[in-house]
Amino acid sequence: MTETLGLTAERCVELLDAREVSCRELVTAYLDRIQAADGGIHAFLRTRREAALAEADGFDRDGRTGLQGVPIALKDILCTKGEETTAGSRILEGHIPIYDGGCVTRVKAAGLVALGKTNMDEFAMGSSTENSAFGVTHNPWDTERVPGGSSGGSAAAVAAGFAPLSLGTDTGGSIRQPAALCGVVGMKPTYGAVSRYGLIAFASSLDQIGPFALTVRDAALLMQVICGKDPCDSTSVDLPEPIEVPSAGSMRGVRLGVPSDLLAQGVEPGVREAFDASLAAAEGLGAEIVETALPHAGYALPAYYLIAPAEASANLSRFDGVRYGLRLAEPGDTVGDMYGRTRAAGFGPEVKRRIMLGTYALSAGYYDAYYGMAQKVRTRIREDFAAAFADVDLVVSPTSPTVAFRIGERVDDPWAMYASDVLTVPVNLAGLPGISIPCGTSEGLPVGFQMVGPAFSENRILRAAHALESAIGFDPRPPATVVRA
Amino acid sequence: MSVDGWEAVIGLEIHVQLNTDSKMFCACANVFGAEPNTLTCPVCLGYPGALPTINGGAVDKAIQIGLALDCEIAGRCQFHRKNYFYPDSPKAYQISQYDQPICTRGHLDVDGGRIGITRAHLEEDAAKLVHAGGSGGRIAGAESSVVDFNRCGTPLVEIVTEPDLRSPEQAVAFLGLLKNTLQTIGVSDCDMEKGSLRCDANVSVRRAGEMGLGTKTELKNMNSFKFLGEGMAAEIRRQIDLLEAGGEVRQETLHYDPQARALHARRSKEEADDYRYFPEPDLVPLEPSADTVRRLRDAMPELPAARIARFRETYGLSEQDATDLNAAPEIADYFEAVAGASGDGKAASDWVRNQPGAVGTIPAEGLAGVVKLITAGTITATIGKQVYALLESDPSADPAALVEEHGLASIGDSSELEGMVAEVLAQNPQFVEQFRAGKEGVINALVGQVMKQTRGRADARQVQQLLRDRMQ
Amino acid sequence: MAISSDDVLHVARLARLRLTDDEVTRMTEQLSTIIGHVEQLSSLDLQGVEPTAHALDLTNRVRADAARPSWPRDEVLRNAPDPADGGFRVPPTA
Repeated sequence: MTETLGLTAERCVELLDAREVSCRELVTAYLDRIQAADGGIHAFLRTRREAALAEADGFDRDGRTGLQGVPIALKDILCTKGEETTAGSRILEGHIPIYDGGCVTRVKAAGLVALGKTNMDEFAMGSSTENSAFGVTHNPWDTERVPGGSSGGSAAAVAAGFAPLSLGTDTGGSIRQPAALCGVVGMKPTYGAVSRYGLIAFASSLDQIGPFALTVRDAALLMQVICGKDPCDSTSVDLPEPIEVPSAGSMRGVRLGVPSDLLAQGVEPGVREAFDASLAAAEGLGAEIVETALPHAGYALPAYYLIAPAEASANLSRFDGVRYGLRLAEPGDTVGDMYGRTRAAGFGPEVKRRIMLGTYALSAGYYDAYYGMAQKVRTRIREDFAAAFADVDLVVSPTSPTVAFRIGERVDDPWAMYASDVLTVPVNLAGLPGISIPCGTSEGLPVGFQMVGPAFSENRILRAAHALESAIGFDPRPPATVVRA
Repeated sequence: MSVDGWEAVIGLEIHVQLNTDSKMFCACANVFGAEPNTLTCPVCLGYPGALPTINGGAVDKAIQIGLALDCEIAGRCQFHRKNYFYPDSPKAYQISQYDQPICTRGHLDVDGGRIGITRAHLEEDAAKLVHAGGSGGRIAGAESSVVDFNRCGTPLVEIVTEPDLRSPEQAVAFLGLLKNTLQTIGVSDCDMEKGSLRCDANVSVRRAGEMGLGTKTELKNMNSFKFLGEGMAAEIRRQIDLLEAGGEVRQETLHYDPQARALHARRSKEEADDYRYFPEPDLVPLEPSADTVRRLRDAMPELPAARIARFRETYGLSEQDATDLNAAPEIADYFEAVAGASGDGKAASDWVRNQPGAVGTIPAEGLAGVVKLITAGTITATIGKQVYALLESDPSADPAALVEEHGLASIGDSSELEGMVAEVLAQNPQFVEQFRAGKEGVINALVGQVMKQTRGRADARQVQQLLRDRMQ
Repeated sequence: MAISSDDVLHVARLARLRLTDDEVTRMTEQLSTIIGHVEQLSSLDLQGVEPTAHALDLTNRVRADAARPSWPRDEVLRNAPDPADGGFRVPPTA
């Protein structure tokens, strides 16, 4: 039986190419591991054993190439035709999409075998996966702790050896922060690089789909699959150059900018230590470390918490009990009563909070003071990054100011929870690509190292991240006691 | 309209459904009258994850409308989300345009007045609610409604005028000219019955000579030219009566009930409208290039206003006649075909205006044939109507052949007419006597008898002259 | 700026969210805290700054005007909470 913990997608391909394992054996190994160990993690909301095995058998029968037959886990916010997709919300419980999203279509076309749909904060609103309507996900490194969010299920699935690859979405850090907290690689592409068609929208101008993997090279392989213009998404574009799988081990001549303004937002000493050690490692590889300024970075969080909820308040208005999803109505109700009842029962507290916040920020008399102002701050933040990239190749920081926190620790303090995203949201506001790679541990928990580049600099980021990852030599396998099946 | 020292101030908001092949933001067919919910997809049903894509054909048509109304075409424009909950709005927001519409500041001249166009913008139509149960399917007392999303996402252009109209008649004439203009450029069928042209009116009144504006009411649901005129007239009357009685006009939305021929206030909503407009993040801005605008301008056909002027010039028609012929592009086209084929614009104008049924049924060559036969004196005007009636039952027939077949040729200078005159005189010696005695009026009785015998194939004046010649 | 429970009720009506009394109390407090944090933006001088609605400077993404087959009605009605007469039934609108 194949040991899936720590098994990379590249290694899966080698095993399949060499016929050391069949697709069925590989897929079965992952599904069995999920069955044996996901009870304590709850990374998956649903698995699709029969369908996955049928696809695997097809490759075993007809032959395969490339990534065909390699398993993947999908965040439950990506619409899959004929297969339930809930976005972690009661209001979409049992909802069966009637189409595949653009990214899902590419994943299927590449022959990746979807094992199931992963847990997430409801409508991707959260930083801990505690806001799922279907239960919390536990961090494979310490099940008392959160995996981060909102793509906590996808991050935990890769960390726990439930899938070599997974897809998440990142609106304010929802790929990078859980990647950091679970000790895996997570990448948010440039806004527009991946189609959002079929991604259940949270904040349309910020949402972006991206990969989780155990290695930077694996992440690059999945980026090759998912990137590209989709006629169904008017904000999608083709990358100016194809994604390359990085191999170089040097960082010679790469200028890394450390934004002191951003780090001043408050970073745990243990996280800072691991980050500084990685900076030293980068220097050892030939990188040049300089300070860089992002003067408005401190305003990113407040701007984000106006823009994202405002867009969300409109995006979530369609959940009205008319065409799909939950409906609650009593005899004698008007349609307005039905709306109020359905939405009250269907949405969880965090989603309601953000709908309220966003509706307020857009309402008559407040637009200029809130939403309008936040859009201007967004301009300032873009300008800050543009100025920084005139001097440095990449802006680097810890991904999250803290390691994984305890389940329940921040649920009663929304702003403390929001502050988890302080280092990641500026990147979304500017639409830039960013990656988080594991760079060590603090208190026995993984720490993430974030690298951000100019728009469409994915290859630059991947090259640097691969070189640094090799130098750090992080072992992505969580402690044996937690998730050994 | 100046009634008892009052003046009406009217502005219109017109919604035009564009006749594109596909919907505004998805590729579902833009077709009227299909089975409910057979023209839908994830996008126009507002499914989770679905995204809009802009129909380039609709953008072109919106620009054409702007050009036809002498608008400025925006160098950059953007879509916004207009948020409101209603079952006809699947996303609970309409994708519309807000502070950056595609067309601004145009005008259309009607009845000698210049009516300003504030803006014309692109948006998507809503779904249709079919109210079931309750009393007669009306909204009040309905048990439930069923939503049909076929219409949802149909491309719409909303045209907003300045409050430049001064009477219901002028407003109706404006809408007529606008309709013809839109039909001429081929962007919409403008069928009010099918809802592809819809018109709301903002109406207020003020003392004649005043410059300020009174409180206005918004009139909706006037889905024909007739109802539009009636609704506005009734509302103007109501406001004047109210103000003269010392009352105040309340700003409200009124719905026209064509059965009662009256306006009803709609129950005011719990919450005042707050549409929370913000830029649509799923779509990127449009920047129509100068080339695009030039290409569309060059492809623009002659517009009704110019055509009316040309008809007057070329065919020597009165303004009224030229305007009547431009009630719709197909009428004007038909007139021009008849005028061209017959070589007689004045006669063609008379025929086309008096026989509205000819458009689309009688080939232009057929009607031109009739005109030519009359002009050439082959048949009389009276017989012309008979030939036309024969054409109606056999539109492809050749009028000359019909004249031949039915023996309808004029007999003005033939011996046949001479013979008939002689015969009638011989049969009526008493009238001849009276005429010669100076009672000239009796000649009409004689003319009548001859005309009866000719079955209209002679000209009455010529017959009279012949009779006169014989009796003197 | 503090948010009152009336503000919360007004916004909840706009958003078609039926809130319990407890939720109104909690929401009033939490939204006030959050708005308090976001109001630090007002300390910035943003005179003359253009707002950013899109991070990418894309324009003119349009598709050709061509119709494609729609979804089968059975399929779109399958997810409907209350399908009736080939449509989506809803409670009375007023």
